[in-house]
Amino acid sequence: MSDDPRDPIDARIDSPGREGLTGTAPASLYLPLRDVEQVTRAPDGRPMDAQPAWRTDFPIDWPQDAYVERREFMKFMVLTSAAFVIGQLWIATHNWWRRRTGDLEMVRIASLSDIAVGATRTFTYPTEHDPCILVRPAEHVLVAFNQKCTHLSCAVIPRVDEGIIRCPCHDGVFDLTSGRPLAGPPRRPLVRVLLEVRGGEIYATGIEERTT
Amino acid sequence: MSVNRPFTREQRTTIVNGMLAFVLMLVVLQLWLLTATMNAYLGGDETLVWPGAAASLACLLLNLGLLRYLYFIERRRT
Repeated sequence: MSDDPRDPIDARIDSPGREGLTGTAPASLYLPLRDVEQVTRAPDGRPMDAQPAWRTDFPIDWPQDAYVERREFMKFMVLTSAAFVIGQLWIATHNWWRRRTGDLEMVRIASLSDIAVGATRTFTYPTEHDPCILVRPAEHVLVAFNQKCTHLSCAVIPRVDEGIIRCPCHDGVFDLTSGRPLAGPPRRPLVRVLLEVRGGEIYATGIEERTT
Repeated sequence: MSVNRPFTREQRTTIVNGMLAFVLMLVVLQLWLLTATMNAYLGGDETLVWPGAAASLACLLLNLGLLRYLYFIERRRT
């Protein structure tokens, strides 16, 4: 070490002549402290010097990666949770709107004489976007259902001779007189259209949705 | 003397894992609520509509509370 006081000080803390000066050394002499959470760690836990070259070229802090991915996944799940609430509120709003529209009006479908026993007829009720089927399986029996399958809304087709209503999309089968599901994926009965016969005329007076 | 020290990353990872388990359970519950409510509503049963929405909203509030805590422990770190 030079005795000339104008020479720069050896910055190393263990350099000769600097012993005992630790407490007075400026902070800039020390290496900056490294945040332990910023240290790159390989998945096998060995030091980076012992890792293959490709891993040192692409150092990924796996604990940090695991933490961030779980944190972001949690945020996404909370967003999903909000989406479910929006779905529930949509149902509630739809329900409120349906109640607001009130009772359905009575609509004439056909004359009783136009429907022979075993015959079917299509009509729309309560709006023109709601296709329905009217079936007369016996002399004194008249039934009508919404034509949309309760599985995925395909158009169902009545088979009067077999006593069923069949959905061709996924082979769902409903009972012809009750509309209840007999086979296939549908779990809910078909929406029944309430009928009334007055003076030889058939009227639709409302709809009945059922869960069983 | 109590030391109010921020959580280390390992501690935060454990906390996030625990919170994520709760959130996932609540989200699955909400999914079930939505399908049950939709099935009942399409079947003409309107009694489940508002209770279903309220229960789902309660789940969301719990999830938001957990998310708020996550932001809190993130903020303490800095």
